[in-house]
Order: sequence, then structure tokens, then C-alpha cells
Amino acid sequence: MIYDVVIVGAGVTGAMIARELGMCDLSICVVEAEADVASGASRANSGIVHAGFDAQPGTMKARMNKRGNEMMPEVTRELGVPFEECGSLVVAFGPEEEKRLEMLMERGAANGVPVERISGDEARRMEPVLSRDITAALWAPTGGIVDPFSLTIGAMEKAMSNGVTLYLNSRVTAIRRTDGIWELFAGDSRIRAHWLINAAGVYADDISRMAGGESFNIRARRGQYVLFDKFMPVRTKSVIFGVPSDRGKGVLFSPTAHVNMIAGPTAEFVDKDDNDTTREGLKEALAGVKRYAPAVDARYAITVFAGLRAMPETHDFIIERSKSAPGLINVAGIESPGLTSSPAIAEYVKELLQEAGVRLVPKPGASRIRRPIERFSEATPERQRELIAMDRRYANVICRCEQITEAEIVESIHRPCGAKTVDGVRLRIRAGAGRCHGGFCMPRVMAILARELGRDLDEITKGGAGSWILDGRTKGEAR
Amino acid sequence: MKAGVVVVGAGPAGLAAAIAAKENGAEDVVVIDREERPGGILRQCIHNGFGLHVFGEELTGPEYAARFIDRANALGVRFLTETMVLSITADRVVTAVGPEMGLINIEAGAVVLAMGCRERSAGALMIPGSRPSGVLTAGTAQRFVNIEGYMPGREVVILGSGDIGLIMARRMTLEGARVKMVLELMPYSGGLTRNIVQCLDDFNIPLKLSHTVTRLHGRKRLTGVTVAAVDESGVPIKETEEFVPCDTLLLSVGLIPENELSREAGVEIDPATNGPVVDSRLQTSVPGIFACGNVVQVHDLVDFVTEEATRAGRAAAQFLREKSECGGWKTKPGRGVRYVVPQTLCDDGEDKTLFFRVNGIYRDCVTMARCGDKVVARRKRPICVPGEMERLTVKGADICGDITVTVEGG
Repeated sequence: MIYDVVIVGAGVTGAMIARELGMCDLSICVVEAEADVASGASRANSGIVHAGFDAQPGTMKARMNKRGNEMMPEVTRELGVPFEECGSLVVAFGPEEEKRLEMLMERGAANGVPVERISGDEARRMEPVLSRDITAALWAPTGGIVDPFSLTIGAMEKAMSNGVTLYLNSRVTAIRRTDGIWELFAGDSRIRAHWLINAAGVYADDISRMAGGESFNIRARRGQYVLFDKFMPVRTKSVIFGVPSDRGKGVLFSPTAHVNMIAGPTAEFVDKDDNDTTREGLKEALAGVKRYAPAVDARYAITVFAGLRAMPETHDFIIERSKSAPGLINVAGIESPGLTSSPAIAEYVKELLQEAGVRLVPKPGASRIRRPIERFSEATPERQRELIAMDRRYANVICRCEQITEAEIVESIHRPCGAKTVDGVRLRIRAGAGRCHGGFCMPRVMAILARELGRDLDEITKGGAGSWILDGRTKGEAR
Repeated sequence: MKAGVVVVGAGPAGLAAAIAAKENGAEDVVVIDREERPGGILRQCIHNGFGLHVFGEELTGPEYAARFIDRANALGVRFLTETMVLSITADRVVTAVGPEMGLINIEAGAVVLAMGCRERSAGALMIPGSRPSGVLTAGTAQRFVNIEGYMPGREVVILGSGDIGLIMARRMTLEGARVKMVLELMPYSGGLTRNIVQCLDDFNIPLKLSHTVTRLHGRKRLTGVTVAAVDESGVPIKETEEFVPCDTLLLSVGLIPENELSREAGVEIDPATNGPVVDSRLQTSVPGIFACGNVVQVHDLVDFVTEEATRAGRAAAQFLREKSECGGWKTKPGRGVRYVVPQTLCDDGEDKTLFFRVNGIYRDCVTMARCGDKVVARRKRPICVPGEMERLTVKGADICGDITVTVEGG
């Protein structure tokens, strides 16, 4: 078959585009190199919905950020994804940094984003854990936080239930165009399509070049993070930024959509597969947040990780129809605020297709509403009893830290875009994402995955091919 | 529903507490555990060395547990297995859920907390590098090998010299894996000396003290670790870094008492033990809620868990008859001592055993309990190490005020 549209990359950008185009009467597929969606920057980021005061006025970034921020409450409601408009603060230490606050105020006004300058005392009244050395702050009430995994997975799941096809483990190795039809060699598949949308993250430059499109360079800028236990007493309600510098928005201290606190990211250019954390980087992330909130205690850390942001050399998002390769749309260089911008990018890509003359008619029966996986631990006791009466597996708690039941894990496996790995289960319903980080539940989650997918226990991986967990039987069992 | 004593956890602590409660007259004793069978972590501890103090013989973990399970069954203790306690209130309503019973509320006359502890995870250590598969706690590996019958890897490095790590060094070796080394950040081991001898020395596995892992390698599966010596303050020395190829890193870097339920019930937690503050009858700061075993303090020998839990079970049964306040004196850690349990001594004239851990290695020293200026207990010790729990017994009649425990000399 020939698809109308092939999207390369199942990060939040690709997933949001799939969701948006999936509402139209088109045949669509998404090809993803890794074993699951949200495997690149969408997996390892701050989870911030940026207000939009930061971007240079007039840029694609500024436009997408503002629109994406406006769309986020509705998109997350439709997809049943945790989102909170908690506001954000940029804190300044002394007169030099206050000058940069002024610059942000002006940008905010130019971008049409509400911002307010407040004193250090006012900032501390809002967030008592903030340092006494903070002299002023910028308050942006429309800043927020979102669960980036749920957003990506939810969007892809919805796209798939509206008919979009997902090819996992399918790295694109070659692209040809014959008689106006794209031909992609991706993993074991050969995929043909009329339109090619390049949302390949840090590899978008390679994809564009392979397709004969524009030549640009995407560099990988690594951000390292420390995630803290829910029990850490030092918390804020809103997102705390420092004043931005040439190296980006700097380290932030923020609640996540799941009540943990997060510190990071650092910013360093690295190879495109180097998402290692480093001793120096983690130190920098911790020191950064301790400057804002001196009482932060590293002993509450539950995990560390790093993500790679796709940095365009132009410093702006590249979202355009290719001039040199007809039928190619590049969606490249989607660094921060890419998560915030993703719904706006999807909307804009749809406009680009429309401009190009693609007939977009609503698909009969397609819907935007996704029912999230119901959480046993968040239900009332009455509802918990109902759930158990419906399905006994709700009474079997598997992940004790996050109180996730067997029924929820099974559902996360069998939904469209379902979990196939231990990481996949963790990203979808947080089993193993708590303070013991899977120490207790991992063998149990593996057993459920094996049973539901009809595999042997030692075929279950952490995150796809190569990340094996078990290597055969013990001597006694092998006999 | 109602119950006399509800015990949370069917490990060695829960089992002994339930038996003691029953033997001391509690009528309806219920033990709740999330596993399908009672026994707790003993079920996967198939090595021997359990029971020397309690039974005067060496048993395996499952054998040790079986003696208590049989006794409990004979006494009519009720087990609710595959059941997870979701919450405990200060007025002792226990909410639990399980496939058999569904969601239940039990109004308990007394509650015994016996949830044990969990292992510190890789994430909490903030080891830099990649996040591949093949990095797991020693206890999880033990479950894979001994319960599931699968090998978690073949070329193994172990970080931390806690007892489970030492036991797993031997276990993995016997299963044909190659255990390359055990690394310990501190200049002394965190485990029992007998385990170092029997699990490392006997198999020529090197124990590298003052060493740690400074980086994990491998995008998908672990391919190796960078190992380095550390200076006196525990900071890795760059020049000593060395790459060690391996596919598995087991962590045995500390146990953390599981007190989520205790905190929610309003039980006061001692920051030094991470366990509830208890009196000499093992009652917590919430009347009618008792605690014992590794949820109170991390023990090194199960026999001592049994002893502590027996006292807790007895006290819980007594509480059903008579809700007496304990009052009494405080214990305090002094020189060389990290913590003392129990934190409060009841003014009941009975002899008291104080458990404590030292904060470094002390040779040819004397451990001492003082009441004001008066020495009320002392014990000459050839060596005291943080990995082994110390104890002192004080005569009831000698307790005249708060007691400070110290290490003298060494």
C-alpha cells in the first residue's frame, strides 16, 4: 500500500502530528527507530509547559510556544494527561540579573505572554523555600507542568485508535523518491507514501539529507537531571528558573506532574547517542537548584537521567515544506520549548499540508477523546470496590511505591501503543517509577509482561532488543 | 471486620510477633502479607546460618521460617496472603486489599508493624553514566536466582559489601557466573565477618575497600563499570579509575526500613534509624501500634529479629488487656555510637537489652552504658564494626535515669 503520510519519529512532535492528521481521512504511518515511542528527548526532559516569554519575538519558536501553551489545557483534557497550570518564576540574584528580567519582561510583552515583576520577598511568600538572596522575580501565571511520557503515549495511542499505523524498531536507513512516491527503508519494512514528515529529533538533519531536502545541522545538547522522592520536604508549587544565559534557560527546580521534584537540565554538546550522566553534570544540576532553594537535599534523589535536545544551528524551529524535495515537510530542531509547542506544531503541519493542496476531510468516527487508564490508588473506596468487583486484578497491588495494580499493568500492555518492555510499563503507568525504582516490582512486572505477550520470562527486556534482563535458567532449573 | 492483633508483614518479625501475641492470650491474631506465602525475605535466603541463637542449630532461611509458620498455624494465627496493606490509622483501622478478600477494613485492638526494609536503589546512589539493563539490587537478583530460577547475568561486579551482596557473590559463583570483585566505599565492610570469609575468601573473590563505581557503561545492556579508589572523604580519585568489563552490577548498598505506612499512621520516626521511635516494649509513639524487626532498625541476624518481635507480640497482647503508658527514661547515643534502640525505657523494673551500632571501627574497646556518672553496663570488645549490631544488657534495678551508650578506647 501507499500511505498518504509517513511520519519519521515517534517523539512528542511526531505523535502530536499523527494525532492531528489522524483526525483526517488519510492513511498514515509513523516509523520509529527505537522499541517504544517517546524514546528520545520526549522521555528525558523537564516536563515544563513554558509560558512563552523567553523566545525571541517574531521567531517560529515564539509563535509555536504561545499557541502551544494556549492549546495545552484542552489537549491534555482530551488525552487524559496530567497537566497543571502552576505558573513559573524566574528568580534574579542582584542588579545584573535583574536587568535580564527586564529583557524578559519586554519579550513577554512582545510575545503577548502575561508576565509580572515581583520583589524577592513576594517570591518567597509564594515559595517559602526560595533563597534569601533572591532580589526580584518574574511571575508568569500561564507556565505549567505536564507529564511528557503520557502526552506522547496518549497522543500516539489516540492516533492509533483512529487508524494510524506505528512501526517500532524501524530505523530509517535509506529514502528514495520515484514518480512522486517516497520509499523508506526502515528496519525490516519498506514503506511507501506520498508525503514524508521528518520529525526525527536529533537525527532530523540526516533524514532531510537522505530525502534530498535542505541541508542543516542538528546538534545534540545534553541535559542532565536529578529526580527527587515525593517525600522531599523542600518543594515548590511553581516552576523555578534562573535568568537565562547563552547556554539556554539554565537549571530549573520544579514539581513534576507526579508530585516528585526535579532538578536540571545542564547543557553540553555531545554525540547524538551520548545520553550519559556525568559526575560534573549532576553536581551542576544540584548546585544550580541549591542556589534557588538552599535546603534541597541530594539524599532524597531517586534517580538521575539525561536527555538530548535537538539544537538547530539557526536557533529556531525549522518547520517548513522543503523547497528542494517536494513532498517533504521538515519538523526539525525542536528543542525546548518543543514539548509545549507540540500541539501547535501539529496544527501548523496540517496547515502546511492544506496549503500544498492535500484534501483534508474529517475522518468519520475519529475522536480526540482518550480515556486514561483508571488509577486504582486515586479512586474513592467505593469506586475501588466497584473496580475489584469488575476485575479481581484490581485487588492485586504490584508496584507498592506507586500502588499500581495488576489490572492497570495489563491494560497498559493491551492498549493501542501498548507497553512491551519493563520501561514501557513504567512510562505508561509508573510501575517501578517510585522510590524503590522497581527493586520490588520488576520481577512481577516481567512475569505479567511475559504472560500477556506470550513470551518466556527471559525474553522480556528493559527497553527493547539488547537490553536483556535475564540470561537463561539456573543450573537446577536447566536440568 | 475486627481483630485482636493485626500484624503487618509475615517475615521473621511478623511471624514471631504473631506467635507471641497468641501465646500471651490475644484471641484473634491476623498476619497480612503481600506475597502468596508467609516467610518474607527468608523464602529466598536458601543459604544456611539462621537460627544459631534461637534453635542452637544452623538452618536455611526457608527452614527457619517454616518452624514459625508451623507454630503459628498450630496456634490458629490467621494469614491473609497476597494482601497489601494500603493504610493504617492512628486509631488502628487497617485498610488492605487482595484478590481473595477485595478491599477490607480491619479494626484492630493492637497493630504490630513488621514490614521489614527495602534495598537502596541504583538511582539513589546517583552513579553517573548510562542507564542500561543489568544494574539491580542484590535482593532482586536473589529472587531471580532462588525463586524464579533465572540468571540475571554472567560477569558480575558487586557494589557494597552488605550481607545480601556477599551471599549473592557466593550464590552467583556457584551458579557458574564470574564474580569479579566486591567494592566497598567505606574502609570497612558493611557485612558480617563470617560472610566475608565464607562467601568471598573461600572463592577468591577480591573485596576492594575504599572503592566505588564511578560510571556505568552500555547503551542497552551493561558492558562494564569504571571503578575507582576513594579518598578519606569518599571522593573518587581520578588517577585510580579503571574499566572493568561486566554485564551485571549488583548493589548491596544499604537497607532502608519501610515506614511509609508508619508515617501515615502518625508514628514518630527516628532519623538515625529511619525506623519508629520505640520503647522497651516496642510500642511506637502511637498507643497500640507496636513495631519490630527491620522496620525498626536493620538487624544483621534474624535470631535477634525473632527475639525483638517476640517482645513486641507479647506487649501487643498485653495492650489488649491493659492500655498502660510506659513513661520512663530515654536512651542516647554517645561517643562512637550511631543510634540506640529502644529509644525509651519503660519504668517497669525489668532488665533491658540495648541494641546499637558503632560509627567506625574500634579495636580493643569497651562498650558502656551510663546512667549519669554511674556505669550500668559494660562489655569488653576485641573489635566493634558498623556492620555488626552491638548489645548491652542493663539490670532493671540499675536504671536511675536517662542512659547514654558510648564506645571507650579503640
